[in-house]
Amino acid sequence: MTVSATPTPKTKFSDLTQMPDARGHFGPYGGRFVSETLSFALDELEKTYLSLRDDPEFQAEFDYDLAHYVGRPSPLYHAKRWSESLGGAQIWLKREDLNHTGAHKVNNTIGQALLAKKTGKPRIIAETGAGQHGVASATVAARLGLECDVYMGAADVERQKLNVYRMHLLGARVIPVESGTRTLKDAMNEALRDWVTNVDNTFYIIGTVAGPHPYPLLVRDFNAVVGREARRQSLEQIGRLPDALIACVGGGSNALGLFYPFVEDDGVAMYGVEAGGDGVETGRHAAPLASNAPRGVLHGNRTYLMSDEAGQVSDTHSISAGLDYPGVGPEHALWKDVGRVEYVAANDKEVLEAFRELTHMEGIMPALETAHALAHAKVLAPTMRTDQHIVVNLSGRGDKDIMTVAKLDGIEF
Amino acid sequence: MNRIDQRFSELKQQGRKALIPYITAGDPAPQYTVGFMHALVEAGADVIELGVPFSDPMADGPVIQKACERALKQGTRLVDLLQMVKEFRQTDTTTPVVLMGYLNPIERIGYENFADQAASVGVDGVLIVDMPPEEAEEIGPLLKSRDLAAIFLVAPTTSHQRAATICAHGEGYLYYVSLKGVTGAATLNADDVAEHLAPLREMTNLPLCVGFGIRDGVTAAEVAKVADGVIVGSALVNRIAESVDAPETIPGQLKSVLAEMRSAMDA
Repeated sequence: MTVSATPTPKTKFSDLTQMPDARGHFGPYGGRFVSETLSFALDELEKTYLSLRDDPEFQAEFDYDLAHYVGRPSPLYHAKRWSESLGGAQIWLKREDLNHTGAHKVNNTIGQALLAKKTGKPRIIAETGAGQHGVASATVAARLGLECDVYMGAADVERQKLNVYRMHLLGARVIPVESGTRTLKDAMNEALRDWVTNVDNTFYIIGTVAGPHPYPLLVRDFNAVVGREARRQSLEQIGRLPDALIACVGGGSNALGLFYPFVEDDGVAMYGVEAGGDGVETGRHAAPLASNAPRGVLHGNRTYLMSDEAGQVSDTHSISAGLDYPGVGPEHALWKDVGRVEYVAANDKEVLEAFRELTHMEGIMPALETAHALAHAKVLAPTMRTDQHIVVNLSGRGDKDIMTVAKLDGIEF
Repeated sequence: MNRIDQRFSELKQQGRKALIPYITAGDPAPQYTVGFMHALVEAGADVIELGVPFSDPMADGPVIQKACERALKQGTRLVDLLQMVKEFRQTDTTTPVVLMGYLNPIERIGYENFADQAASVGVDGVLIVDMPPEEAEEIGPLLKSRDLAAIFLVAPTTSHQRAATICAHGEGYLYYVSLKGVTGAATLNADDVAEHLAPLREMTNLPLCVGFGIRDGVTAAEVAKVADGVIVGSALVNRIAESVDAPETIPGQLKSVLAEMRSAMDA
């Protein structure tokens, strides 16, 4: 493993702030495993992004959009009633659900849309699972007057009808993907096939901290506003840093966004919660890190990847379309190996309980993806003292999941 | 001498161009693949590209995606494919065989294990679609030390500087992807191809072979005028797809597609 050398590490995990290396590697993970046709576009994107990353004008433009279009900063809300009922640590919710379009995903699409504008490409494409990233992409495309095609697994089109219609209303075309398992990974395959064909006029907005370099880097950077705010708000509202952070992990963009600005704060424990599906022990899940899946290469990066002994990518299972993915962002893979984050899984049943509990006790309906993080808060909080604090990333709102939950309740609209 | 180098040097002496068919191993079922390989050789194949089926073939169009699905449904694994090459080598010791596919199946069985087995069954080259030379630092030396050629792609979008790097790392032949897109997408433009091959000639002595968009004798002959080899995949796999219910007819069909190209190229 190559960890860039720093003369005097500030803390145990200072090296992690030096990632990725110049070629997009996070230790043994990440990289750029793509067919040759895409190399040029990725080189171009990397060059564009690196030239703008520290450009005050670009950052000012990004910050302006986050403030006035997205509605940032999002509040850090003390869920007092829920904390009391769990009888342990105080739980604080980072309210990404209050962002425009209802999830953290828009932070990244705003950033990538600014990049798209700089490159002058008139068309954007995106892949989506639950539809949140698709909606966020369609939204920025509408605002900038760009053509937008969103690839979505046919199974997800079925279970996330509301978001599909939202994308239509925003002027995007939603293309159902019938190949493979008809979920997020297949949507990403198809988006990559589109990009390789239309690379001259198309900007691909990847929705998570995966994919070939430089995507894991730039998606992390654009979402890190979540953690920067949460860190500042913790100091203001709690008077110190929290004891623990919790976020759900599919590809892992909301988790990295929250975690990254805290990476050197040794006293802050971090928990990434993957989709346990029917239970990790059943094999029917989407938890590559928590299940210790083998190392593999998919969608342009090396990471923990659920695959069979012959290297074929496994089917995944989760109640939540947004976490139904066999891989995970390469930076998470490294953070697991070095022990910076503990990765656990919450199964579908626990997730639904958490979904209902937060809705009842705090009047906040979380996305099913987010409810994975809440399910772990339910486990962790009671093991901690009442003067300790947990920040949970409330990454998205649950309106899109009402039909799924209603169906489980036997209600048909 | 590696069989690939041997074959290209013979072709050069004869003033002929290489005809390189691709089929997905295990499609429509594993027991047919070796027979198909022999049929391809009988119809004039100079090198065989044997596709390693993968669950997520991101660089392939629907034709090869479906071939992968058929092969995987029959349980075709990389280790089975290596056995197919072993069987093929029992009667054909001269036709080069190149494995073409994606990295993950190789990553899963381990680079060294793969390289050992591939060399021992008589594989001659390896083309991993999602592994550019920058990511080949680890597997590259393992292949080289076993005389397995690492074959790389060059695309119309590849910059001059990158092309030089790829030429420096490439062995066996250079696979020029004739168009932006996935396999089986469209028909290539031979003038365009010629324009892109010219600077590559100045960078390398490797044979330049062209794939993507070659459908029939006409396109094959056009490409053969400017390249050292012609790679045909989807046009063959299409025939397999159309005859999955009558697999005994497939060798004849593969032969007729390939023979038409062979005679057009040699004319």
